[in-house]
Amino acid sequence: MTNTKSPLLEMRNVKKDFYGNQVLSDINLTLQAGEVLGLCGENGAGKSTLMKILFGMDVIRETGGYSGDILFNGEKVNFASPFEALEAGIGMVHQEFSLIPGFTATENILLNREPQRRSVLSEVFGSRLNTLNYKEMQRRSAEAIEKLGVHIDADMVINDMPVGHKQFTEIARELSKDQLKLLILDEPTAVLTEKEAEALLDSIRNMSRRGIAVIFITHRLHEILSVCDRVVVMRDGRVVRDVPSGETNVMDITRWMVGRDVDAAAQNEARDLSNEPTILSIRNLWVDMPGEIVRNVNLDVKKGEILGIGGLAGQGKLGIPNGIMGLYEAGGTVIFDGKEIPLNNPRHCLEANLAFVSEDRRGVGLLLDESLEWNVAFPAMQIQGKCLKKLLGGLIKWRDEKAITDLTNKYIKELAIKCTSSKQKAKELSGGNQQKVCLAKAFALEPKFLFVSEPTRGIDVGAKALVLEALKRFNRENGVTVVMISSELEELRSICDRIAIVSGGKIAGILPATEPSEKFGELMVSGVR
Amino acid sequence: MKKKKTLRPEGNPIVRFIRNNTVPIMFVLICAVCIPLSGFSPSYLLNEIVTRMGRNIFLILCLLIPIMAGMGLNFGMTLGAMAGEIALIFVADWQIWGIPGVILAMILSIPFSILLGLLCGKLLNMSKGREMITSYIISFFINGLYQLVVLYMMGPIIPIKHFSIKLPRGYGIRNTVSLLNMRQVLDNALSVTIAGVKIPILTFAIIAVLCLFVTWFRKTKLGQDMRAVGQNMEVARAAGINVERTRLISIVISTVIAGFGMIIYLQNMGNLSTYSSHSQIGMFCIAALLVGGASVDKANIGNVFLGVILFHTMFIVAPSAGAKITGDSMIGEYFRVFISYGVITVALVMYEAKKRRAKSLAGHKLAQDQLTEDKEAAQ
Repeated sequence: MTNTKSPLLEMRNVKKDFYGNQVLSDINLTLQAGEVLGLCGENGAGKSTLMKILFGMDVIRETGGYSGDILFNGEKVNFASPFEALEAGIGMVHQEFSLIPGFTATENILLNREPQRRSVLSEVFGSRLNTLNYKEMQRRSAEAIEKLGVHIDADMVINDMPVGHKQFTEIARELSKDQLKLLILDEPTAVLTEKEAEALLDSIRNMSRRGIAVIFITHRLHEILSVCDRVVVMRDGRVVRDVPSGETNVMDITRWMVGRDVDAAAQNEARDLSNEPTILSIRNLWVDMPGEIVRNVNLDVKKGEILGIGGLAGQGKLGIPNGIMGLYEAGGTVIFDGKEIPLNNPRHCLEANLAFVSEDRRGVGLLLDESLEWNVAFPAMQIQGKCLKKLLGGLIKWRDEKAITDLTNKYIKELAIKCTSSKQKAKELSGGNQQKVCLAKAFALEPKFLFVSEPTRGIDVGAKALVLEALKRFNRENGVTVVMISSELEELRSICDRIAIVSGGKIAGILPATEPSEKFGELMVSGVR
Repeated sequence: MKKKKTLRPEGNPIVRFIRNNTVPIMFVLICAVCIPLSGFSPSYLLNEIVTRMGRNIFLILCLLIPIMAGMGLNFGMTLGAMAGEIALIFVADWQIWGIPGVILAMILSIPFSILLGLLCGKLLNMSKGREMITSYIISFFINGLYQLVVLYMMGPIIPIKHFSIKLPRGYGIRNTVSLLNMRQVLDNALSVTIAGVKIPILTFAIIAVLCLFVTWFRKTKLGQDMRAVGQNMEVARAAGINVERTRLISIVISTVIAGFGMIIYLQNMGNLSTYSSHSQIGMFCIAALLVGGASVDKANIGNVFLGVILFHTMFIVAPSAGAKITGDSMIGEYFRVFISYGVITVALVMYEAKKRRAKSLAGHKLAQDQLTEDKEAAQ
């Protein structure tokens, strides 16, 4: 059945689109048993989608499946669920932990695969009343931990473990499966300390020696070079390079990852505003936003500029605005226009004339079931008392419906929002137009300072240009200082004056937007932890 | 199985102990003040407490399994209580008394309990994350159905013969069904009196068997699955555990145990208030469990025993202590109902507060790390 010469995994012309939006095109990949493949690329390059296809995740089928062939062990496969992929011998360790917090490492490693003992009651009521065989569980988990080659305490509860050990527990769980032939590690070292990461690399080498193939996704490029046999670089849904790791270096990979022929296209109007006064000064900011933790950030924003904040996913760039605006627990000092802003209190921020367009459009940004009028005017009404008629000397405040409609129509025109009328419900609009409503909402507050988080996420190219243009115009015409957070470097480079790169929860560096992409790429991977 | 190792949390151990056991400590204090005030003799008090332990513990144990499955406090145990009552009505109608009557009632309650448990479990699966409020309202809803059946269907549709339990109008069940002929049959069967305190050995033995079952159940595959589901449904699902079915089973088991528990409870009381016996039983059982130091996501057998002892001590002494202080014995009666609701409220609020505190701890840890980092950088 198994031809030893045929590769363990082969992907032929794999394509995938999400509702017409092509995210993967013509992916060809081969992987031999025991080979370690490094997969890298910027966020949105398609790495995760490719792995989801391979692993048979539900989201792929729900969005129309994929085209192309995947051969595993020489046979064509199309897994209907992750369980089938597991059955076939593919294991995956995800970025988010999937561990039961109150269970020990042993219980987690053998979750739902516990060795059992039959008993009288289980003969009557079925196998779920088998008792667990704790001795055998201990033995099997010890075996898996031994295979891993890193010492973790099998009896420690997950909650009490350092993050690194949680990660190792997950890997041990995959290793405890006897049929495992291919292990996918999705950014496993992101949460590890140097030493732990080193141990993990050793354990990857160990697995490879046992004949287990590994696909290793990471942003730490030197790790790829030290452990992988081959490096595959993806960009914009394509494999741009597939080279033996001995023939390349960090600089090359960085260039392949971010480099595109856009240096000319990015029309740089970056201004030098270093002489302007500082309007927002952030000192020692920490933010406890799950997955986007910010540590010790110091940043000065100049009056009237557009400052970009970039960086890879999970490095903390989203935590900065969310922490300052009080949506997640934060500490440190933030001084705006000479006054200190109290943290953990959204209202104070809004009253100080700061506005925030959240990356979570549907959750934080919009009242989906309400009309555009309500969405646009609500914060302005709530915070600044606009669009309100005062009766009885201000004792009773009445909504001024006409003012609301006028205000909304003004922004519908200005931002070219496609809608039937200002009374239409926000949820009926397309993603791009919803984003414009979010902007209109922030603009209606007439802020002095605007945070915009991932303004172009999930919207098409045309809408993207419009949104960016609107932001730029708002900045230029009204003199509003804008801080824009985006994972797309080119987008930042096209409208920002300066770009700060966040890596490992900290500001890795601030460069003028005119610097070449590679410089930013280096900063992005510099402090990844 | 080896003992799980946990890291020692920071802070003063005494403060931590008080913070983690606020409710039991509060009750120990209340009891300590009320016992001398009530003027009861120790042997009377002990006798009462032992009787009530036998009466109530089995019923409260039914709450443990849904908590294990992460479904919170099962207010839906009232459904099991109703199933037990229906079984008792039939047994009383057939005039089967004594221990055979109790056993028959238990067997008879099983199908009713399973049916109601399935219904409750299905509905709770549709309202994940809001199990407690949903089960609370379900118990009101089923109470309505119960009254319809007992008040109108028993007689014309469901044959009820015996005049002593039928309403004079010819159908429906009387307000009280006397269970005098099976009163305390279990408790008296093997009882021993030590120093004036009657100990119902058989009832305690039954409770011990259930405790052993609960302990054993935790070690079964099903028990392990329930604990996994209780802590993180998504992870459990990704590992291939059938989450919905596991939750459903936990509710069914709880309802069946509640049915048995209600029968034990009523044989001790000696009469059945057809329309009100079950109405507050869920609330009192949950209050007792919480008094024992349990929380929405964590409870063990120790909590049940401690809770029953503390809660019932308060119940026994509060009316007479209240009478001593204010000259009105109603005040104590009022006091115990108000305390029950109060305890549940406090426990629910504290559960949320604890979660929030754990969350803000993560933030403080981050700030602390930052400080040390700065210091290191300065050196």
